[in-house]
Amino acid sequence: MQEITTKEGFVPNIVAFCCNWCSYAGADLAGSSRLSYPANVKIIRVPCSCRVNPMFVLKAFQRGADGVIICGCHPGDCHYVTGNYYTRRRMAMLFSFLDYLGIERDRTRLEWVSAAEGAKFSAVMNDFVAKVTALGENKKLSDLRVKEGE
Amino acid sequence: MQRIGVFICWCGSNIAATVDVERVADAVKKDQGVVYSATYQYMCSENGQQLIKNAIKEHSLTGIVVGSCSPRMHEATFRKTAEAAGLNSYMVEIANIREHCSWIHKDREEATEKAIILVRTAIAKVNLNAPLSAGESPVIKRALVIGGGIAGIQAALDIAEAGFEVDIVEKNATIGGRMAQIDKTFPTLDCSACILTPKMVDCAQNEKIDILSYSEVEEVKGFVGNFSVKIKRKARFVDEKKCTGCKLCMEKCPSKKGLDEFNMKLNKRPAIYIPFAQAIPNVAVIDPEQCIKLKTGKCGLCQKVCGAGAIDYTQKDEYIERGYGAIVVATGFKPIELNAFNEFGYSENQDVITSLELERIMNAAGPTNGVLLRPSDGEHPKVITFIQCVGSRDTSGCGKPYCSKICCMYTAKHAMLIREKYPDTEVHVFYIDVRTPGKNYDEFFRRAVEQYGVDYIKGMVGKVYNENGKLMVQGSNLIDNEQVLIESDLVVLAAAIEPEPSVRKIATLLTASIDTNNFLTESHAKLRPVESPTAGVYLAGVCQGPKDIPETVSQASACAAKVIGLLVKDKLKTNPCVASANETMCNGCSQCASVCPYGAITYVEKELRVDGKTELRRIASVNPAVCQGCGACTVTCPSGAMDLKGFSSKQIMSEVEEICKR
Amino acid sequence: MTVKEQCENVKRMSGTDVRKCMKCGKCSGRCPAFHEMDIKPHQFVSLLAQGRIEELLKSEAIWSCLSCMACVERCPRAVAPAAVIEAVRDTVIRAQGANGMKAEDIPPMVDELIPQQLLMSAYRKYNK
Repeated sequence: MQEITTKEGFVPNIVAFCCNWCSYAGADLAGSSRLSYPANVKIIRVPCSCRVNPMFVLKAFQRGADGVIICGCHPGDCHYVTGNYYTRRRMAMLFSFLDYLGIERDRTRLEWVSAAEGAKFSAVMNDFVAKVTALGENKKLSDLRVKEGE
Repeated sequence: MQRIGVFICWCGSNIAATVDVERVADAVKKDQGVVYSATYQYMCSENGQQLIKNAIKEHSLTGIVVGSCSPRMHEATFRKTAEAAGLNSYMVEIANIREHCSWIHKDREEATEKAIILVRTAIAKVNLNAPLSAGESPVIKRALVIGGGIAGIQAALDIAEAGFEVDIVEKNATIGGRMAQIDKTFPTLDCSACILTPKMVDCAQNEKIDILSYSEVEEVKGFVGNFSVKIKRKARFVDEKKCTGCKLCMEKCPSKKGLDEFNMKLNKRPAIYIPFAQAIPNVAVIDPEQCIKLKTGKCGLCQKVCGAGAIDYTQKDEYIERGYGAIVVATGFKPIELNAFNEFGYSENQDVITSLELERIMNAAGPTNGVLLRPSDGEHPKVITFIQCVGSRDTSGCGKPYCSKICCMYTAKHAMLIREKYPDTEVHVFYIDVRTPGKNYDEFFRRAVEQYGVDYIKGMVGKVYNENGKLMVQGSNLIDNEQVLIESDLVVLAAAIEPEPSVRKIATLLTASIDTNNFLTESHAKLRPVESPTAGVYLAGVCQGPKDIPETVSQASACAAKVIGLLVKDKLKTNPCVASANETMCNGCSQCASVCPYGAITYVEKELRVDGKTELRRIASVNPAVCQGCGACTVTCPSGAMDLKGFSSKQIMSEVEEICKR
Repeated sequence: MTVKEQCENVKRMSGTDVRKCMKCGKCSGRCPAFHEMDIKPHQFVSLLAQGRIEELLKSEAIWSCLSCMACVERCPRAVAPAAVIEAVRDTVIRAQGANGMKAEDIPPMVDELIPQQLLMSAYRKYNK
């Protein structure tokens, strides 16, 4: 697979939250089907997309992530019946708030990926990484104290 | 401080071909808490697991990270391994370096770098892991079935057969439900009562089954394995134990104005009555709205004639409270009200009837003793027109958006039975689509057309109006692109079915979720079709979605199998990854309870020491036996008091930080 | 305007989603002018869905539809055949150009035996 980079060789760092029942399994299927997506996507497993606290997303941007994507079951398919509906509302609010703070819309994303959609998972990640790469490094919320400490 | 062991699996060449496993093991050696790291060809093999066990013992490990395939594959394996070596199984974390790394990246350098980050992320999490243990809760070995129709009867019989006690709560005076009202059943045309009433008798005779008729569920507390249910036994003014079902009271009762609900209100019945001849229990009930004695205090004829002395006008509603391990909801259906469809003239014309009314007219025990006579003048109808999909598949707001599923088949049945019994009758059926999937179903429908000459017209009826005592049915014939006008004597509407309205209250009591059409939601449409998302609650029959008798019986038996599977256990192990509230941070705002899909959160008043003072505070309390661990409450909580074990905010934050370190 | 654009235009003007139709024919079963129409109400929906707008534009039925809205009122899928017919009629009238009816043309035509609805529908038909 080819790394998506800009001329300056910028490789974005992407945090992906995947629900255990659909999207994480979708990512597994992408893996077992050998459908590649950039290595800069790192997945955190959560029981349900509704476990994703907006604070986690803020934390990621604060610590220098360039994009955050949250994946859950399709509406109506949530293992916990209604969890992804909460996610949908919370993230709609959060993303518009982040937009207001200068974190571009293309840096945040909410996607429904079922356990059968390995191809979709891979396609979504490729597309998301391409968009974030085009935006360049995220500097808006990053915590300078952390950077200096490194 | 944790003592962490890291185990990197080669998975043969699956991981090792793209990820430099030695470099990964080496890179994390000095990470926080790590005291041991190793690689092995197949970590999940016997030898690999032994390697882990030995390391846990030799290095006194308090947590382990396995860099291997997906946790969905082998998390359970490695948890067992840890447990066998004396380590708490929830101190195990998996770094998915196969599906999420080696299989999708080709560049060895890049894949190795990513694997290191993934393993480090898991290490960061394990550093914050705490031992968790599955709790246990006892199981009350008794089941409750709500609804005494064929679904409830079948479920109760199957559960009792396995040796468990079952109570059937039925709101009407007798069990039997809708099936008892039906004349014949498709596709075999056997008489409904002949196959149903023996099952009703079995219920009554089975010493494990307790039929609580004329009763309603009032309150439900508790959780799976341990429900406590308050049941209202409505006053029937007849002592159930004394009444012999002789029906003398019915003959003597001077009030005969009540409408016979069992016969779809097509005839009158006395104020004291037994709904139908084969009722179980075969005990009379007094309708307080019609009883002269109860209304005016004068009469008392039934008491005088009752040889058994069963009549008791002073009876009051009684409440009983019982414990159950599992609950089956089988509340059934009713045909929709047709007031919104005045184009068919149901309210104006006595001879426009519903299919369920036709069932009673066709039934030998019905208002016409089984002779097909039209309600208005008691004449034999010569031309009968059926209209299908009345209120089904209707998104205009008048009806129901779904297909009621049973109407095509019962309409074919009615048409066939009428043509069989009265060959001189002309029968027309207006249909939009004929839907007959099922064993021997389409053959059945074709018989109505081919053998019995029923006239099926593709199209819908636009209006029904009365002209000189004839019902004029005007509709489309789409095949011939014509508008047809049929002069009919009787019009039968296949009204959509909807869940029995009382299901709303039951759903609220059980915190079982319900959809926009008032059907109870199953846990998974394909793989858990008889379980409600609320643990310990099971769904049988039309309360879950439209279905016919064979399907209902299958679902009821499936429910029974699930209930038996639950009741044979003495204790239930609970998932330890559940939410819990930090008592000092919780301010009792109730927001968590409002998002919990399982009703796992309640509030308790608790004395807490705060700043040297003792305060009485309202705080959230999560029932670990009910909580499924989704985490919706943790995000909703405004004070951050709610957290999820195994996926705590701190753990996830540390994972985020680790990934962002680069 | 291409045929496709014309179709889209009629769909937009009618405000009706023709794909919602489940082909039950209740509209034509109800229609009081059914026998006067060369193309029946349900066919308007079906032909529009197929993109066969030219047949509709040539039909006599657009003039025989009474605009009584019985088909709209009773449609179980909230499709509005009369609105489709009206949109087709408007398309034809607009293509013809100015031959609209004016408000002052109406009083001389009033006859007490004419139902109000007929006047209303005539006005709807010709004042475009």
